[in-house]
Amino acid sequence: MALRSSDLLHFSWRALRGFPSRTLLMLTAMAIGVAAVVLLTSLGEGARRYVTGEFASLGTNLVIVFPGRSETAGINPSTMMGETPRDLSLADAQALLRSRSVRRIAPINVGAADISWQNRSREVVILGSNHDLLDIRHWAVDQGRFLPETDLDRATPVAVIGSKIRDELFGPKRALGEWVRIGDRRFRVIGIMGSEGRSIGVDVEETVIIPVASAQQLFNTASLFRILVETKNREAIETAREFIIDTLQQRHQGEQDVTVITQDAVLQTFDRILGALTYTVGGIAAVSLAVAGILIMNVMLVAVSQRTAEIGLLKALGAAPRQILSLILTEAVMLSAIGAAAGMGLGQLGSYFVRVAFPVLPAYAPGWAAATALAVALITGLLFSLLPARRAARLDPVLALSGR
Amino acid sequence: MIELIGIHRNFQVGDQMVRALDDVDLNIADGEYVSIMGPSGSGKSTLLNLIGLLDRPSHGSYRLNGQDVTSLSDSELAAVRNREIGFVFQMFHLIPRLTAAENVALPLILAGLPPEQRQPIVAGALAELHMTDRAQHKPDQLSGGQRQRVAIARAIVTQPKVLLADEPTGNLDHHSGEAVIRILEALNKRGITLIMVTHDLEMGQRARRRLRMVDGRITEAQHGAA
Repeated sequence: MALRSSDLLHFSWRALRGFPSRTLLMLTAMAIGVAAVVLLTSLGEGARRYVTGEFASLGTNLVIVFPGRSETAGINPSTMMGETPRDLSLADAQALLRSRSVRRIAPINVGAADISWQNRSREVVILGSNHDLLDIRHWAVDQGRFLPETDLDRATPVAVIGSKIRDELFGPKRALGEWVRIGDRRFRVIGIMGSEGRSIGVDVEETVIIPVASAQQLFNTASLFRILVETKNREAIETAREFIIDTLQQRHQGEQDVTVITQDAVLQTFDRILGALTYTVGGIAAVSLAVAGILIMNVMLVAVSQRTAEIGLLKALGAAPRQILSLILTEAVMLSAIGAAAGMGLGQLGSYFVRVAFPVLPAYAPGWAAATALAVALITGLLFSLLPARRAARLDPVLALSGR
Repeated sequence: MIELIGIHRNFQVGDQMVRALDDVDLNIADGEYVSIMGPSGSGKSTLLNLIGLLDRPSHGSYRLNGQDVTSLSDSELAAVRNREIGFVFQMFHLIPRLTAAENVALPLILAGLPPEQRQPIVAGALAELHMTDRAQHKPDQLSGGQRQRVAIARAIVTQPKVLLADEPTGNLDHHSGEAVIRILEALNKRGITLIMVTHDLEMGQRARRRLRMVDGRITEAQHGAA
């Protein structure tokens, strides 16, 4: 003899409504647990998507060459700063174009210098590169044009300036075609970078881009900070990587003294780290679900003792132990489900507010987190109500009827 | 037909063994009207609980309608209770959050009857107890007498063969108590076996068969016209 599902749900629903403060307490506990999982994982996922998105915007066919060899410690600060015995030269960069896997390269030189126009000046980051940098980094020019397509070693006195620098130096006046002084040299402004060129490590709105040979003269150096190499497609990355290592080894008297990393590898590393972070915060939040489960168990135990006479009555009217068990379990699962649904709504609302407050952060809870939170809430509710349900099912009907 | 043979019911209280029922033999035929009286602690309620399958004997045999029910599992006993036995309690035992109709429907819900089948049965039971106009009232909106009538409607809704009443008028004023007893007697006249535990001598004397219990034993049995 089994209770009909509709009767089970109806009876449990009436029982929940019959004890509103107890029900509200348990719903709140479960809702907070689920909301915490949803909100925290949406933050973690938002951070992951933001960082990986920024890297992906640099292009996934990208190979980066650093001077210096990292053996076991990966990329270290000295590698990043280019402090190595043998420099990367423009000729090295030029040599990489011989590979059929390589579509384009952008040698990079970086430094800081004062830029001035008339009586206004400020210090800026100077990026020395070539015309291919624009496509490799997926940047866009707002006004004018980017660096001209010339030989790498030609130090043309032209500059592409960021929009903020344009605003600070020229104000409302026209900047294109004007001559500015950078360090002790003069450059003609040929282009203004748009605001969409922001990417990790570089804010093009506050950067001045000049030909790489001009930068080398300006900073009095023959070495490069790094070389960006774009391969023809994703499949060509490995071939290009091997070609770069071999070529530079030959050019550097047989020494492997460069570090070659792929954009994919960086992307995957960040993806892994931030993915692990999402799992971790999700796990921490899930602890609150377990706490909610313990609360459900305690409150259900109290509920069973408060309703002892009612359980005794049901037994007298012919309720089998399994029917009592199913009644108590249905109540707990119903509570968990409603609490979880409310928590899901709260969590999504919280994520929405995060997205409104920080538009760059795509704070959406991952599907697995939402599904897991719901499943854990239901399973927790079910597991933690087993003890009170079994206790209710085993109540002696005579003692229960007398409320003992 | 109720047949109790050599029934003992012992309870362990601390390190003491208390004999609530001591070698009770009792046969109650279908349609009988039996009252059980006696002082507090004499074993009346224990006997009623045992007859109602809410409790099991420590020793002895109990046959209900020819079936040995002492060896049945808890679930089987629950099914027999639902089908064969109706209870009327002194404290009514109505669920406060449910309406009168929903309280009456409980045994049918536990029997797994679909709503469309149980609704006319519940309506019929309430009508029989003159409670149709109170069907949607909750227990706290009903008087004591009305609550007991709802409880009786619930007890008879599965058309049981046996109706067990434990002090059914104990919580009612004289007028309401009289009305409740008349209802129970009317049900008995329709063929339901009525077994009633009472402290009230006047109520107890109305039964055709009157049992008196002392110290867990049936000491006196009287038969007479009700």
